[in-house]
Amino acid sequence: MTDPRDPESGPDTGHGVLGEPSPLATGALPDPMPSRPPRSQWRDVWDQFKTHKGALLGGIIFVAIVLLVFVGPWLWPYDPTQIDIRARNQGPGLAHPFGTDQLGRDTLARMMAGGQTSVSVGLAAMLLALGLGSLIGVLAGFFRRLDGILMRFTDLFLALPLLPLLLVMMLLFRERLNAAFGPETGIFILIVVAIGVTSWMPTARIVRGDVLALKEREFILAARSIGTTNTKMILRHILPNVLSPIMVSATLGIANAIITESALSFLGLGFPPDFPTWGRLLFDATDYLQQYPERVFWPGLAISLTVLSVNYLGDGLRDALDPRIRGR
Amino acid sequence: MLTFTIRRLILAVPTLLFISLVIFLLLEFAPGDPMAQVPLTVPPEVKEKMREALGLGQPAPIRFWKWIVQFFWIEPQVLVDHVLGTSFSAGDLRVISWQTRSPVMDIVVQRVPQTLWVVGVAYVVGILIALPIGIYSAYRQYSVFDQLGTFVSMIGFSVPPFFSGVFVIVIFSVNLGWLPSIYDTTHRVTDWDSFVVQLQQMIMPVMVLALQITAQISRFMRASMLDNLNQDYVRTARAKGLGERVVVLIHVLRNSMIPVVTVIALGVPSIFGGAIITEQVFKVNGIGQLLITAIQANDLPMVQTLTFMFAVLIVLFNLIADVLYGLLDPRIRYD
Repeated sequence: MTDPRDPESGPDTGHGVLGEPSPLATGALPDPMPSRPPRSQWRDVWDQFKTHKGALLGGIIFVAIVLLVFVGPWLWPYDPTQIDIRARNQGPGLAHPFGTDQLGRDTLARMMAGGQTSVSVGLAAMLLALGLGSLIGVLAGFFRRLDGILMRFTDLFLALPLLPLLLVMMLLFRERLNAAFGPETGIFILIVVAIGVTSWMPTARIVRGDVLALKEREFILAARSIGTTNTKMILRHILPNVLSPIMVSATLGIANAIITESALSFLGLGFPPDFPTWGRLLFDATDYLQQYPERVFWPGLAISLTVLSVNYLGDGLRDALDPRIRGR
Repeated sequence: MLTFTIRRLILAVPTLLFISLVIFLLLEFAPGDPMAQVPLTVPPEVKEKMREALGLGQPAPIRFWKWIVQFFWIEPQVLVDHVLGTSFSAGDLRVISWQTRSPVMDIVVQRVPQTLWVVGVAYVVGILIALPIGIYSAYRQYSVFDQLGTFVSMIGFSVPPFFSGVFVIVIFSVNLGWLPSIYDTTHRVTDWDSFVVQLQQMIMPVMVLALQITAQISRFMRASMLDNLNQDYVRTARAKGLGERVVVLIHVLRNSMIPVVTVIALGVPSIFGGAIITEQVFKVNGIGQLLITAIQANDLPMVQTLTFMFAVLIVLFNLIADVLYGLLDPRIRYD
């Protein structure tokens, strides 16, 4: 209080210009000024993600595969169902880089068409499982009354033998959905629903745990004290904060769904024979294992590469979204 | 501990009853008619008689109750009779397969050894490979060995058995011609030569399954070791002057094994039911293959019994895993 005061600025407007802390102890302490410009959370996540080479490569490969199977058919001259019997059973060559099958259909075109189905099934089933899992997880974590019954329900689903049940579901509902939606859409709906309904449990458990921990935090109390309704509370405060475990289970869900769909197709209980998916192509190729062993590789490689890239992507995302690891 | 076990066992009963109800109701919706293969010349009233002979004449709740009685009351009696030579079950109707008209349990008993032999050996091999990999990966975190281990287990997670199985068949059976591509279950081991043949036909399915099991368990082992390696008691042990081998292989390993043992226990049901695809690829006629053929032939009693048996195993080993966790870790107290 011994320093002479600037007559123009009163004690309350002591630091009117931001970023210029007043040396005068005139009242409130000056705010500590950040030395760097502010960075958003997602910027930090991206910086951490970039350091995980495998995850970056996995992400690039996954995007490339998705682009290839969805954009590729527009650029590639052959139709996946076009039969050219004179060009059958060709090995890899200039006209057909992946060769042709026993009816002379171009394998590359069929791979792209199959990839569309497999990737779409993977994404759709993942979204369904994620939606179900998040809904049940948030409800169980947020409303104490629902917790017991919803978690017993989850445990029950975890105790079901999933692959046998999937097979039984495929067998039972195939005809009915075929009649209602046509063979391809019907099977698509059936597979997506079957995989989604049998794979939401891990997400629900993780989300519930996180919601339970979040509920004890001060900002929830603050939101509650200003009269936030339950719906708003979940949408504005809970869901954004459990986004990271949901995103990680999303990547694992895609991998799981693609493998399950291929397994069903491989067991002959998936899509109809003339409708290519990667699993179906692999299944068809095993009949020609002795004569044309290379035919098995393309679909198998596609499935494995997609799942591998998604798994690495999930691994990197988990590290990037974990604030304890980030910044090290 | 004992009260916890008893409580969980009692809780398992309604769970299993509910699961059996779910499976039964799911199969109730089956559009397939077991009489579909019967020629059209058979008159309708005879067909109706045949349906009744299959036990289809009664309403659904009665059939569900009958199945419950057959599975939980009559089949155990058959087992007791078989072991002790008594005759409790004489004259009682057992769960009959529609395909073969013989009791479902007899067929299951025929098929179990093949599955246990192939998948069980794969499980043991997988665990034996996975544990050292996990331990060393954690001890030398981020080393070349660790990176390689991560990559191999990622491959184990990502390559589905229907590709890895076909892949090894192409390499070892088609190109090299070293191993048979089909598992011959009628093969009997009598002397050294037939033992070698048995070994040869087991290599590929065991390899494919062990890759997946190794991938899973080595990840768990590594994560669990990493959790423990940074703990204070490890520093204390080193400060006391204990050798590195003793610290890692006795102090850390014992504590890290607790969650891994439960994961191993949780994986046991998959030995029985999870190898459906691998059995299909190598034509092993085990339980998984039995389920697939039963599904394709619309043999509902068989499907129902098999699916329910898998559910029983899952519930049972969940219970065992929980109890093991409490036994191994004195910090965990359930009461």
